[in-house]
Amino acid sequence: MASSMIGSRVERTEDKKFITGKGRYTADITLHGQTYAFFIRSPHARAKIKKVDISKALAAPGVVTILTGQDIIKDKIGGLIAGWKIVSKDGTDMKLPAHPPLAHDQVNYVGDHVAVVIAESLEEARNAAELVNVDYKVLTAVVNTASAMTSEAIYEGIDKNLCFDWELGDKAKTEEAFAKADRIVHLKLNNNRLVPNAMEPRASIGEYNSSTDDLTLYTTSQNPHLTRLVISAFNGVHPEHKFRVVAPDVGGGFGSKIYPYAEDVVIAYAAKKIGRPVKWVCERTDSFLSDCHGRDHVTEAELAVRKDGIVTGLRVNTIANLGGYGSLFATVTPTYLYAPLIVGLYNIPAAYCNVKAVFTNTAPVDAYRGAGRPEATYLIERIMDQAANEMGMDRAEFRKKNFITAFPHQQCLVHNIDSGDYHAHFNKALELADYKGFAKRKADSAAKGKLRGIGFSTYIEACGIAPSSVVMSIGAGVGLWESAEVRFNATGNISVFTGAHSHGQGHATTFAQIVADKLGVPMANIDLVHGDTDKGPFGMGTYGSRSLAVGGSAISKACDKIIDKGKRVAAHMLESTPDEIDFKDGEFIVRNSNKKKTIGEIAFACYLPGTYGEIKSPLPAGVEPGLKETAFYDPINFSFPSGSHVCEVEIDQDTGVTKVVKYSCVDDFGTLINPMIVEGQVHGGLAQGIGQALYENAYYDETGQLVTASYMDYAMPRADHFPEFKIEYTCTPATSNPLGVKGCGEAGAIASPPAVMNAVIDAIGTDISMPATSEKVWQALRTKVKSAKKAA
Amino acid sequence: MKSFNYHSASTVAEATGLASKASAYLSGGMTMIPSMKMRLASYKDVIDVKKIKQLHGIKVSSKSVTIGAATKHAEVAQSKEIKKAIPALCTLAGKIGDAQVRNRGTLGGSIANNDPTACYPSACLALNAIIHTSERKIEAAKFFTGMFETALKKGELIVAVEFSIPEKSSYVKFPNPASRYAMVGVFVAKHKAGVQVAVTGAKAGIYREKAIEQALDKNFSEKALDNIIIDSSDLNSDIHASADYRASLIISSAKQAVAHCK
Ligand SMILES: Cc1cc2nc3c(=O)[nH]c(=O)nc-3n(C[C@H](O)[C@H](O)[C@H](O)COP(=O)(O)OP(=O)(O)OC[C@H]3O[C@@H](n4cnc5c(N)ncnc54)[C@H](O)[C@@H]3O)c2cc1C
Repeated sequence: MASSMIGSRVERTEDKKFITGKGRYTADITLHGQTYAFFIRSPHARAKIKKVDISKALAAPGVVTILTGQDIIKDKIGGLIAGWKIVSKDGTDMKLPAHPPLAHDQVNYVGDHVAVVIAESLEEARNAAELVNVDYKVLTAVVNTASAMTSEAIYEGIDKNLCFDWELGDKAKTEEAFAKADRIVHLKLNNNRLVPNAMEPRASIGEYNSSTDDLTLYTTSQNPHLTRLVISAFNGVHPEHKFRVVAPDVGGGFGSKIYPYAEDVVIAYAAKKIGRPVKWVCERTDSFLSDCHGRDHVTEAELAVRKDGIVTGLRVNTIANLGGYGSLFATVTPTYLYAPLIVGLYNIPAAYCNVKAVFTNTAPVDAYRGAGRPEATYLIERIMDQAANEMGMDRAEFRKKNFITAFPHQQCLVHNIDSGDYHAHFNKALELADYKGFAKRKADSAAKGKLRGIGFSTYIEACGIAPSSVVMSIGAGVGLWESAEVRFNATGNISVFTGAHSHGQGHATTFAQIVADKLGVPMANIDLVHGDTDKGPFGMGTYGSRSLAVGGSAISKACDKIIDKGKRVAAHMLESTPDEIDFKDGEFIVRNSNKKKTIGEIAFACYLPGTYGEIKSPLPAGVEPGLKETAFYDPINFSFPSGSHVCEVEIDQDTGVTKVVKYSCVDDFGTLINPMIVEGQVHGGLAQGIGQALYENAYYDETGQLVTASYMDYAMPRADHFPEFKIEYTCTPATSNPLGVKGCGEAGAIASPPAVMNAVIDAIGTDISMPATSEKVWQALRTKVKSAKKAA
Repeated sequence: MKSFNYHSASTVAEATGLASKASAYLSGGMTMIPSMKMRLASYKDVIDVKKIKQLHGIKVSSKSVTIGAATKHAEVAQSKEIKKAIPALCTLAGKIGDAQVRNRGTLGGSIANNDPTACYPSACLALNAIIHTSERKIEAAKFFTGMFETALKKGELIVAVEFSIPEKSSYVKFPNPASRYAMVGVFVAKHKAGVQVAVTGAKAGIYREKAIEQALDKNFSEKALDNIIIDSSDLNSDIHASADYRASLIISSAKQAVAHCK
């Protein structure tokens, strides 16, 4: 049984509760004596707060209290933080505005938090909120990414609205490559702004026990320990050892639930202040307005190419929109998570990237599924297509010419890639997609009056962000290791604690498979515990496709420690020595003998260390009772998943509607623990990536109002937009972690936007920006027809 | 949602008797409940009309199809009798929203609301529907008076809608990519007396596109629409579609509708 657990399509053990409605989400929790919070948000993108008048509202029925920015000041509650320091190219530190959990002097985006009404019922809170009178002096909003630097400064002391002007790469060497290039290819790109749209909106409940001074926050977090740390250490709400953060079942995050938000801070603080539980559940429109958004880059890229098709240099200038404030990981996303990957999986000897991050009066932008890597992949894959087209080369052949082929490979920017085989997955993808048959399919579409296009995207990404010593040296305010505890119970079953957090990823299944495999214990006897700072050791949460590579490795290491101890105990019981003991399929066996003990017997012995009637299980001298091991794993490097995606679209010329008719991908995620879960992750990622390419767009008008603040206007992809995805894998195990895994959670969202866009552009023959809505495609085709007529 | 008194009426008379300036009829609730939750609307009395027998039922005669106001979209979509008489109505109802919406939303609620992007109003206009209310009968052409506005008086209840049966008809919706309401919806009906083409989603309210009607009257074929140019000057323009694009969608949807007329 044991060895078959790795690579086995085990059904997700967590699904039963979810599909039968038995999940327990934050909004499902109701506490005795609970009050309800409603946040008053700014209706303006930029305004001075002249006065917040709460007098009428305070007298409204059911109101318990109303807190404003003045209370935050009085009670010395700290502001929200950006956790990664970026240093500009001139050596100065990034510039950040204060980010109070409730604004007191200025609001900086529509949805910014101004006050909270706490009442006996939600309706009473909402009724009272209508009586709060906020007197604003409305100021001109800065909205546009590209022109933010030349607009009025939003914050005093932050010139040109510039947070930082950062660079990466050898500029001189890159200039030289361009000077020698046979051809320079130019491309301008937008990476559209996205709203994360987790199915479960954010929510939190604070509970304070004044007799024990214990504060608990239930919240929709991908990252409960970090939430506790930040709210303790930076917001100063409550000391860490008396503060428990619980993230129960969480319905999706995609990055947007990594960070503690203003609401979390305020709810924890309010519960402590009034001594009663306070519950807040975000409404969908407020999610649109105030969840951190994703992406929003404006980029100019240039590629230096030799006439034989070898790429010799890449030069990139990006303006990244941070929104109204610097969110927790907002500064690392468009820098270290982005720039190192702009060279893709190509052997490009020289590259340079300049990133200017700007503040605007829009919702804060932070990590969203892929975080930096989709932006990098979109740019390199679009410009590779552009280059091949300009040079009249086959786009597939052009890519193959430039792949990295030998490993380990030190890229010119940052990464040292341990393993991969890019030709392998690309060739397999071309076959899976029947690239050879494309010309015929194109002709068939043409016969129906439709345009057909094919697009490729080959990508590499960096997961399991690591090691701590490296990330801290480049500005990370945290180490990025992960913890695990494997705790045997006396009856032989196991509780596994992880510092990672599952909000759709299926950890309860995958992580149990690792333990089952390592320790030879049936899955049914393993329980995975996560999401509660009072239960497991400190952990760093789930994002950046890190959980398996880092958290899974910690579990694997904790299992190794269990086996070590088990050997010592077994040796004593079997009158042998630890180095004579082999462990296999859950049994400790004295080598070349039939003397053995099961791991269950060893666990039992560890908890009943002595002789009592039938029980004879004395422990060896110096061995502590109990069987429980903790491990912290700090990887030696990132892991580098890669893959090749091929998309085929068919376009209706009358309406401009693009239909994705074929999608094939071959990914190298290293070792697969549960291919079914991996497939699910790829499906979800593809849906989001295709959504970005064709439908999704967070659109602010010039006054800073979010026009797409509901599903009436924000277009989400739906199941009927997709063909049957063809998904296959190649495998080169990662060498940076003991499991050989690379990470799969974001790959679909990273790879698919350029695959789709390259296909659309191939079909219509002109450049077009994301999202390629039906109107944009229709306009592009019309413009083409018009200019063709003019030419003729 | 602000608190209100809930009433469930069992007859038309009971419902209209309960009505006041501060009341509203509740049918499927698909439009009304969200707007109450968002506090865009609030009422003292909410009068549920779903249990009124007279508002249910489908009657087909040789000339017309009469559908009770509280009939759900799903019931219309699946009705065999309607499918025989006016298949386009089934297609239209079957593409409104999603399964949940179709299992709650009703014909009466839809036309009373008269959303400029709703589907049913186009069928009413193209099929010369007569709206039967608690007080009178109103012709479709006089019923839809403007954006979210109808000829209904305060407290007037829609009881049923009577659609005349055309020779053939078809409805094509080009869905808004976000809401899936009609960005443009075109209902083409070929009556003995002539072709009627109603367009939804494109203007502040439902209207008949005379240029297309005239072309199809002469020659009922897709080709007849090849050179028609729709005046886009008073068409809607928003983040999803410019007026020009909508004009083009009206033609392409009308062509499709003609091709699929049954
Ligand atoms: C997600 C979603 C997608 C949708 N997509 C579409 C779509 O693609 N196309 C489309 O056409 N529609 C769409 N709709 C709207 C849907 O058709 C609704 O059912 C309809 O607009 C309202 O019908 P209802 O029965 O729910 O009415 P209610 O919400 O109950 O009432 C709506 C209004 O009509 C009044 N009213 C109700 N019944 C009567 C009556 N008998 N007499 C007088 N006044 C009455 C009410 O007082 C209220 O003002 C969608 C709705 C949703 C939520």
